[in-house]
Amino acid sequence: MIGASAGAVDALSVLLPALPAGFPLPVMVVVHVPPDKKSVMAELFRNKCRVDVREAEDKEPLAPGTVYFAPPDYHLLVEPDRRLSLSSEEPVHYSRPAIDVLFESAADAFGPGLVGVLLTGASADGARGLRAIADAGGGALVQDPSEAMVPTMPRAGIAACPTATVVPLTQMAAVLGTLGERS
Amino acid sequence: MSEKTEDIELRLLLDAIFRRYHYDFRGYSVASITRRLRQARDRFGCRTFSQLQDRVLHDPGVLPELLSFLTVQVSELFRDPAYFRAIREQVVPHLRTYPSLKVWVAGCSAGEELYSLAILFREEGLEDRTLFYGTDINPAALKRAEAGVYEIDRMPLFTDNHRLSGGKSSLSDYYTAAYGAAVFDKTLRRRTVFSDHSLVTDAVFAEVHLVSCRNVLIYFDRELQDRAIGLFKDSLVRKGFLGLGAKESLRFSAHADAFTEFARDERIYQKRGAS
Ligand SMILES: C[S@@+](CC[C@H](N)C(=O)[O-])C[C@H]1O[C@@H](n2cnc3c(N)ncnc32)[C@H](O)[C@@H]1O
Repeated sequence: MIGASAGAVDALSVLLPALPAGFPLPVMVVVHVPPDKKSVMAELFRNKCRVDVREAEDKEPLAPGTVYFAPPDYHLLVEPDRRLSLSSEEPVHYSRPAIDVLFESAADAFGPGLVGVLLTGASADGARGLRAIADAGGGALVQDPSEAMVPTMPRAGIAACPTATVVPLTQMAAVLGTLGERS
Repeated sequence: MSEKTEDIELRLLLDAIFRRYHYDFRGYSVASITRRLRQARDRFGCRTFSQLQDRVLHDPGVLPELLSFLTVQVSELFRDPAYFRAIREQVVPHLRTYPSLKVWVAGCSAGEELYSLAILFREEGLEDRTLFYGTDINPAALKRAEAGVYEIDRMPLFTDNHRLSGGKSSLSDYYTAAYGAAVFDKTLRRRTVFSDHSLVTDAVFAEVHLVSCRNVLIYFDRELQDRAIGLFKDSLVRKGFLGLGAKESLRFSAHADAFTEFARDERIYQKRGAS
């Protein structure tokens, strides 16, 4: 479960290709993109990754070893039965998709079996969601603001969720890679 | 693990709303309805869904406002211009072959989608032989649809969308600006019936040539999606058309076999001939 905004592509280019083939967990990603942008994220990362990368479809069941990007102009949520669902309700923090919407629904759906990752970005989106994940017993990781391209979002995440672990991007990739082994 | 208290309360609240008011949200996508009911709970100053349930059951004035939380009303004129362009360029030529037409806009919200089609049909010379049905469960939205009044600051977006959809005239031909609002031409709804109809609890009411139902099914669980798509199937004439939202498809539907993909990327389906 990853949220990122300004600087997202660079950061994700470090993280996602680090996921090993056969990674046993589903990964959901919200990146702030303008609503009229055609869906490019999934295409951008498909060839760089060893796991499946696609854009989320409504009511699609989560599959292991797959990265799902929220489509532009839709919020992405996780249902309690672990299917994905989309929504066009109002933007949150001026953004649709919004990280908070995904994180909060996932916190409800997964409880402790979930890790939220907040990366670079110029927004407060994701902070509340990260807190919700931590409150539900899940793990919270924040990119070290001192090396984030735009530190606003990681800082907001740490402020809202002081128990979050601060990790430099390069180590974050390793942490994600090992998550699978623990699961 | 036993059910979480909040989940129990949510179920009971939705049950109460159904039993008392016959609005059935029990098969809606849980994640998004939970989110919106939490907003409603806070808005009504309630601590729990149980408190909200108490309010809803005992104060009939609460339901209308609660409906505005339970139903998502986001819409635009010519939202997703590529969809309307495909209707214009690919579906309209088929529709022209019928002497009279019926179009059903299911979940029409405040009317944006229906006005888009009415304008498009006028531009294509089909308006006079067409009857439009706009249906929704939200009475406030239906009222706004009937009034056809939108904030003026939405017009630049609507105008762009209209142009991108292949619009053959200027959008400003269809509305007059007054007091910060844009009032759409009454003649656009001369051949329109707006009415209350639920895809969850009501039955087919007419035989139609085109169903446009965009961004409604995503709020339903799969079982409800199947029910709604079954209604569309039963309502459509042979070879009739079904248009869905940009991120909706028949892929997970039990009725997928009854349709062919007509314009794949624009999510337009055609009912098969034999059935
Ligand atoms: C997000 S709006 C879609 C508006 C428009 N179709 C569009 O795509 O821009 C969803 C609409 O579906 C309506 N709706 C929700 N449940 C419904 C039901 N059971 N039957 C009919 N309409 C429903 C809501 O009231 C709301 O107006």
